[in-house]
Amino acid sequence: MNASHSVELDTLFGDYPLDQAFDEMRSADGEVRPHYQALAETLARLPADELQRRKQSADLSFLTQGITFTVYGRDEGTERIFPYDLLPRLVTAAEWDRIERGLTQRITALNLFLRDIYSDAKILNDHVIPHELIYSCKHYRRQMRGLQVPRNIYVAVVGSDLLRLNTGEFVVLEDNLRVPSGVSYMLTNRRVMKRTFPQLFHSYGVRPIEHYPQLLLATLRSLAPEGRPEPNIVLLTPGVFNSAYFEHTYLARQMGIDLVEGRDLVTHDNIVYMRTTDGLKRVDVIYRRVDDDFSDPLVFRPDSSLGCAGLFNAYRAGNVTVTNAFGTGLADDKAVYAYVPKMIRYYLDEDPILPNVETYLLGEEKERNHVLANLDKLVVKAVGESGGYGMLIGPHSTAKQREEFALQIAANPRNYIAQPTLDFSRAPCLVGNHLEPRHVDLRPYILFGDKVNIVPGGLTRVALEKGSLVVNSSQGGGSKDTWVLE
Amino acid sequence: MLSRVADSLYWMSRYLERAENTSRQLDVTMGLMLDTGGTTERMRWQRLVASLGKPEGLDWNGNFEAMAHKLVFDNLNHAAVSFCVNGARENARQVREEISTEQWQRLNRLYHHMHSPQTQTLFESSINDALSSIVDGIHLFKGVSDTTMIHGQGWQFIRLGRYLERAYATATLLEVFQPELLHTQEREHSGYQYLELVGLLRCCTSFEAYCQEYTADVSPDRILEFLLLNHDFPHAIRYCVDSMRHAIDSIQRTGGRRPPEELTAGIGRLHAMLGFTTIGEILAGDTALFLHTIREQCLRIHELIYRYYVQYSIQSALAS
Repeated sequence: MNASHSVELDTLFGDYPLDQAFDEMRSADGEVRPHYQALAETLARLPADELQRRKQSADLSFLTQGITFTVYGRDEGTERIFPYDLLPRLVTAAEWDRIERGLTQRITALNLFLRDIYSDAKILNDHVIPHELIYSCKHYRRQMRGLQVPRNIYVAVVGSDLLRLNTGEFVVLEDNLRVPSGVSYMLTNRRVMKRTFPQLFHSYGVRPIEHYPQLLLATLRSLAPEGRPEPNIVLLTPGVFNSAYFEHTYLARQMGIDLVEGRDLVTHDNIVYMRTTDGLKRVDVIYRRVDDDFSDPLVFRPDSSLGCAGLFNAYRAGNVTVTNAFGTGLADDKAVYAYVPKMIRYYLDEDPILPNVETYLLGEEKERNHVLANLDKLVVKAVGESGGYGMLIGPHSTAKQREEFALQIAANPRNYIAQPTLDFSRAPCLVGNHLEPRHVDLRPYILFGDKVNIVPGGLTRVALEKGSLVVNSSQGGGSKDTWVLE
Repeated sequence: MLSRVADSLYWMSRYLERAENTSRQLDVTMGLMLDTGGTTERMRWQRLVASLGKPEGLDWNGNFEAMAHKLVFDNLNHAAVSFCVNGARENARQVREEISTEQWQRLNRLYHHMHSPQTQTLFESSINDALSSIVDGIHLFKGVSDTTMIHGQGWQFIRLGRYLERAYATATLLEVFQPELLHTQEREHSGYQYLELVGLLRCCTSFEAYCQEYTADVSPDRILEFLLLNHDFPHAIRYCVDSMRHAIDSIQRTGGRRPPEELTAGIGRLHAMLGFTTIGEILAGDTALFLHTIREQCLRIHELIYRYYVQYSIQSALAS
């Protein structure tokens, strides 16, 4: 950074605090990291009102595109614009390379694990993972036992959550093997950013992500049942009231496939059909955005009308591919998560490239006692929840909340895990007309068909509230575009 | 295309057509109220409600502004303009991936316009201006629908909904006006009578088109002829039926199934009823019955569309 820009930069940074957390843009001594130099210079050069003008024009673009999500539990105005931050998060080629290799390794191992569990369960018989841990998991689906899934792919669409620790190292927080969402925001963020900072984007040499829908379609096609060369692929949505409905319509449109609801589907003789104006049309591949529980009232929750009665039997007969497979939530269980590094060693005989977050299993007495004694320092999570629900963040909790959680843990220790409160990385966000650091995570999107495919980038989720550690969109999080550099 | 999607597009279109028809009839009724001519506000209101198909909850309460407000903004009344716009938007939202972004944005804008405080203020200062701003929004939507959407099955279902709704509404309107029309033939033409007749034409945006065809010499039998039997004017029932027939033909051509005989026969019958008759014959016979039959045939076609394209039984679909 040369001296001529320092005055503008100082104004831009204002009081931009740096502490032990890793800052994506600045090193500990306040210097702008080399790959952020061009961004910092561009920002410093822009007049303050120009930045605001671009922000407004980007806002308008999101508004008119109707990029919204639904907040549950409110009657009026349930559609909200997904909040976003104007500044891109930059990832260097070397960083990305490690992430890509690490995720490929991890998804490969997780898929082998699911296949093993639902067939011979060797990993349990070899005592690498305790039987009881798996069979007590609420997402374990006995119905999947011994079922041959197409190409042995259980998890075709994954969106893993990564965090960056103060060492600068990326770790995996969650794998999200069920129905990960957010990819439409990744794609629309990019479109808006290209319009907002065209020259900057061009000069950085950012790797493209726009082909994701095409890759997804190819992945789904590769999983079609045998003997169906022109498969009819559909996206199954729970419907217009689902929080991710915008994404479902977006992906269906981008892929050019039909968006179906459970009520559009019927099964007959173990074949799934959809009701069209031209009669019944056979369905070959279902990209499912409906949870296991709601997919087939004959096999799972009998009171659900979101799925299709008889779907599971048609799936079992091999007449339709449903992806992700049922029962993949097993590997999302936060207690099972703790064993992923062991799975990688067991199935691949490799050392994990991306580490886990240190995790205490509360089913173990010794670990439980340690956790109960340190509740104010740890984060406690229910094993089967996602989206930031069922969580206690120790340092931000009251004595009463901790007491309640301690009781819940004692009542059902298997249902909880604890992790240290992570001081994960922060990236600069535009607040007013200056920059402030906010905590960010990274959710890359992984596709697994013929091979593992990861589009370079992902959704960087931001805890928009100052000091907050919660990045979930359901709880006040926003997003940023993620630029993976050549 | 998915049956549910076809159903949503069809209803989206019917609701918008209904919203437009209601807005326009209310606007015309208001204009007629300025000239008293022996007819009371109450009678005019009752005739309006009858022309809209006698929806419930619109009994005259003596205050025209309040009644009009209810007919435009009461979200709970199924005849209200806002109810129809909400219905159209809700249907569109459920098939967001099928319609173009421009269509969605237009409809969304109309929906927000309906519910904005500015529209309320506008309504208070000028009901006419408020109504025409709503009708403008609907016209814009129809325009982008025709220019930004593939003219495939989905678009044909939109047309089908539009013209079926319009044919039905026009037949209802004529049925209500018909006794007055035939009665006036024997009477001397007065200025008030002229206003009534022009009002009827305006309800179908057809005054100018009528003048081009017949000059400003308005007479009840010519009005009936124009609104029933004209091939070229989009608000005439015959034009609507022709368009429905084209839409159904086109849907059948793009589908792979054998065309449903009952539906083909039903639309053909209605088409022939209007195509092979003269206004003289209609007036010599039972005009009320003729109009009533048109309405019944429209309902029957709606049922057949449902039975064949939307709610068919699984068993019969598997058999074919």
